[in-house]
Order: sequence, then structure tokens, then C-alpha cells
Amino acid sequence: MTLIDTPHLAEHDEFYEELLAAHKGLSAEESSALNARLILILANHVGDIEALREAIALARA
Amino acid sequence: MPYDYQPFPYVPPPGLVAPEPRKRVVIVGAGPIGLAMALELARHDVPSVVVDDNNVVSVGSRAICWSKRSLEILDRLGLGARCLEKGVTWKVGRTFHRDREVFNFDLQPEDGHKMPAFINLQQYYVEQFLVEACEADPLVDLRFKNRVIAVEQMGDHAFLDIETPDGEYALETEYLLACDGANSPVRHMLGLEFEGELFEERFLIADIRMEAEFPSERWFWFEPTFHPGQSALLHKQPDQVYRIDLQLGWGADPEHEKKPEVVIPRIEKVVGHSEFALEWVSVYTFQCRRLREFVHDRVIFVGDSAHVVSPFGARGGNGGLQDVDNLGWKLAAVIGGRADAGLLESYGRERAFGADENIKNSTRATRFMTPAAGMERVFRDQVLALAAKAPFARAWVNSGRLSAPCTYPLNAPDDTRLPPGARPGMVAPDAPLGNGWLMERLGRGVALLTIGCTAPEVAGAEAIALPAEGQIAARFLGGAAQAIYLVRPDQVIAARWCTADPSAISAEIETLWAGTA
Ligand SMILES: Cc1cc2nc3c(=O)[nH]c(=O)nc-3n(C[C@H](O)[C@H](O)[C@H](O)COP(=O)(O)OP(=O)(O)OC[C@H]3O[C@@H](n4cnc5c(N)ncnc54)[C@H](O)[C@@H]3O)c2cc1C
Repeated sequence: MTLIDTPHLAEHDEFYEELLAAHKGLSAEESSALNARLILILANHVGDIEALREAIALARA
Repeated sequence: MPYDYQPFPYVPPPGLVAPEPRKRVVIVGAGPIGLAMALELARHDVPSVVVDDNNVVSVGSRAICWSKRSLEILDRLGLGARCLEKGVTWKVGRTFHRDREVFNFDLQPEDGHKMPAFINLQQYYVEQFLVEACEADPLVDLRFKNRVIAVEQMGDHAFLDIETPDGEYALETEYLLACDGANSPVRHMLGLEFEGELFEERFLIADIRMEAEFPSERWFWFEPTFHPGQSALLHKQPDQVYRIDLQLGWGADPEHEKKPEVVIPRIEKVVGHSEFALEWVSVYTFQCRRLREFVHDRVIFVGDSAHVVSPFGARGGNGGLQDVDNLGWKLAAVIGGRADAGLLESYGRERAFGADENIKNSTRATRFMTPAAGMERVFRDQVLALAAKAPFARAWVNSGRLSAPCTYPLNAPDDTRLPPGARPGMVAPDAPLGNGWLMERLGRGVALLTIGCTAPEVAGAEAIALPAEGQIAARFLGGAAQAIYLVRPDQVIAARWCTADPSAISAEIETLWAGTA
């Protein structure tokens, strides 16, 4: 397993709040577009196809 | 001046008066693939008869983008310089979403290769050059206005019925190469069908002549306002001719779309004025599919008769030339008795692998251009939105990935200390050599390249000692001190070592001719 699925982001509560704030005031369609952009940006940042595959699998599980 | 379509002369074939002796090879179809096939076989001393139902080159530009690998193959056939001289190269590409430029790129080709990354050249020019070379080659017997109307497998040969303006005649041949295009009558005669996901798309393709200066660039639009919801492509070709590809909705009526009063206003919107002449318009429907097997006893499928793809990425004509590249030396070896028919199976296997890669790439590009409603569309649009802001997303924009040769999955000796760009299964990278190029030294027989060491004594391969310096060292040695490469007649690396016993090399030479790697 290359994907880190154990705690790895100490500031998770902050991030969670900022994620919600980023969606504030957006329509469902705009939110969906924002999420898509975030996934693409983060996927590029991760840069590891194996980890990304495992992430998809975990998300679908 | 528009291209001058000169009909090629029809000459009554000898078979009309008396039966002809059995041929080694009959090639059905004088498109780019059949013609190149005849020349490639002739390089290996195999004579062939090429029959075509028509007597002019491709009407309209059709395949326009010829990749580096195709240029290397054409160069081996003596046509590289001619194609380069006539063709045009674009370096700048611009991508638009709606009417806004999202980004542009400048292709900086890697230096130290004889051939550029690609050129644009109308298919009719490539065919004209190939026909002229065939006519000058005593081993090629080119017959226009000869339509194949029946084909039969006969065990150790194949039989053809051919119709000419003067009546019918028959030919027997050891091998029949079906280079008769996407609708391949030979495929139908043998009762074979394409397999795979049916994925059809339809494009309006036009050649226009514009005297006005227009940049030598590739422009690609996603959903332009002049063509809502679809994609469009503008490309420069030689002779002030520009090619425009407009995606049509699947529900579009091709006959209506082809009408000048419908086409011309659209093109005016693409180029921004009406100072152009319409030379050719066609509606091109494509699928991404292939035959399951390319080799059927004495009948072998090559080019579009074996596989079809979308035009994005230019994998039709280029993929077919790679078939030619792969089959030429193998068929010559089987006919000449150097190898047995098993070697032909490796053609089928390797080129089906190549076709799958082309189909995969072309399906991905088509999907990016025509996303399904829902999340597929959301992701596509957001890639385009990000491309304007973040460099990484530009690479994700898929308006076709330019044809590059696949790496054949060979089970062959390898040494991973050597560079990843010269692995077994890959075309050997070119590099400057003396006053010429490495590519010019490869491509006839089997070659044994040595870099930084002396060639072991082995029979059956031409030893070529390369200087361990410059781009040769970078591309073949990497950090290693010495290397030995075994290269097939199609310039594909068969095996490589840092050090090897003569017996290990000899074993790989045998594997190469058996086609079992
Ligand atoms: C309108 C159009 C646009 C295209 N645009 C692009 C593009 O933009 N990019 C790209 O990469 N590819 C494009 N292609 C595809 C490209 O033209 C083909 O991949 C390429 O021509 C394949 O070459 P081929 O020699 O296998 O087949 P073809 O060029 O089709 O040649 C087949 C030959 O066989 C002959 N023939 C057929 N039946 C018989 C018979 N019974 N007897 C004797 N001869 C016969 C035909 O007359 C023809 O000369 C386009 C094709 C079309 C039709």
C-alpha cells in the first residue's frame, strides 16, 4: 500500500473548515466544478499513480 | 494552383491473354500503405504486384500529419528528403476554449535526430512520391484499374480474381497483402469483421486555399462559439492550403453538412474572413476498432484494412506505416527461407499490440473532446479551466496525442543500467554519426552495435562499432561504460547487454528470426 490512510494531516480540523468555506455560496454545479478542480490539482501534487489508484479504490469501497 | 490530379496510365495486364506464373506477393491497394509495402519488400529483394481499382492519388488531403517514425521509414524507401522538402512544420500550437485562448505551446524538438517530430503533407503528395518510386523500381509491378473481385485461400497460396477495363483475369500468389483500406473488400470476402467497442464519430474535413498570410500554427478549439458544443482544428499544409476539421454531432446529416452554403459560412467564422477557396470537403466517419487477427494463412492485413482509429493523433497513416515496417523484413525472411511462417505470427502479435495502443489513445482523445453529460463533462471543462491558470493542466488537455511508436513487449535480455529510451522493443534512437546519422546505418539486416567495447565474434549480424561520445553515448550508454545492442532489420532493439557471451548473442539472433521473443 503506497496510499497513506493513517493520520497524516495534523490540521485536519482547519482544513475541513476551509474546505467548507471554499464551497460557501456556490450552487451545486459550481461546487461540483470546484471539487473537480481540487481533485485534479491534488492528483498532480501527489504525483504517484499507485497512490491515486488506491485512493480511487478506497473512495469507491 | 490546386493540386493537379494526373491519372496514372492503365496498361492491360499480361494475365488477360495467358495465365501468369504464381507471384511471390500480391498487394491489394495502392494507398500509402500498399505502396510503401511494395517498396519495403523491394528493399529486401522481394518482387510484388500491386493492384488498385483506381488510377489517381488520394482525393483530398486525408492523412496530413507524418510522424518522425514515418519519416524514418519513408527515408529508408528513399523519400525522406522529398517529403521534408515539400512538407511544412508547425511549432506553435494554440488551444482555445469557447473563444478564449487557454494556452499555447512551442514544440522544441530534441536535437540530434535526422528527422523532425513530424511534418504536415497532404496524403496525395505522399502517394504521388510513392507511386513514382514504385514505377522506378523494377521489383514493383504496379497495376491501376485492377479491381479485386474475389479472393480464395488455397493452402500454400491465395487466388485472386481481378477485373480490368478489358475484362477479368486471375492471379495466384504465395502471399496476399490486403492494403485495401478501412472498408477492405478483401476482409469482407474472407467473412471477417472488426471487433471492439463501436465508438463512432463524424467530422467534416475541408481543405481551403488562402493566399492571405496566416500563421503556420495549429489551432484547436473546444466548443467555439462559431461551432457550439463541438471541436474544431485548423492546420497548415504546403501550397497555402489549410485543413479544417469540424466535429459534427452524431445526429448531423452528412449530405447537408457538405453543402457549400453550409460549409463556407462556418469556415469564414474559423478564419475570420472570406478570402479563401474551398478545395475539398468530405464527411469522415470513423470508429476505433480492429481485426482480431491480422494474419490469416496466406492473407495478411496491413494498414486501415486491419485497424481504424480517429484522426486525432494522426495514427491512421502513421500506424499503417509501422505495420509496413514490421512486416517487410519478416515476410522477406519467410519467402527467402531464412525464417519459417511462425515469424509472421509475431507481425500479427506486435502490430495488434500497436493498434491497441493507437485505439486506446485515440479513444481517450475522442472522449476528451466529446465528454458524456455529467461528471465526465465536469472534469473535462475543469481541466480546460485549470489549463489557463496552472501549467500542469496544459498537459492534461487532450486534443490528440501525436503518434509515437509503441514499445513492443519483448521477452529479451536487458540491462537496466542502460538508458530507458533504448530498451528492447523500442525503435533505436537516432543520433549523429560521422557525417550522417545512425538511422542510415540501420534497417537492412540484423545489426550488432557496440559502444565502448569490441564486438564479440558472432555470425549473422553486421557489427557496427559506435563512438562512446556525444549523443550516441547519452542515448545508448547512459552511465554505463560499455554496451552491446542487437538491432532488428526494422531498427527495433531486440536485446541489449553491458557484457555478453557470443553464445548469448547468437541465441538472441535465432530468437529474432523465430519471432518468439
Ligand atoms: C476523408 C478522410 C479523412 C482522413 N483524415 C485523416 C487524418 O486527418 N489523419 C489521419 O491520420 N488519417 C486520416 N484518414 C485516414 C487515412 O487516410 C488512412 O489511415 C490511410 O489512407 C490508410 O492507408 P491505406 O493504404 O491503409 O488505405 P487507403 O488509403 O484507403 O488505400 C486503400 C486502397 O485500396 C484500393 N482498393 C480498395 N478496394 C480495392 C479492390 N477491391 N481492388 C483493388 N484495390 C482496392 C483503394 O482504391 C485505395 O487506393 C482519413 C481518411 C479519410 C477517408
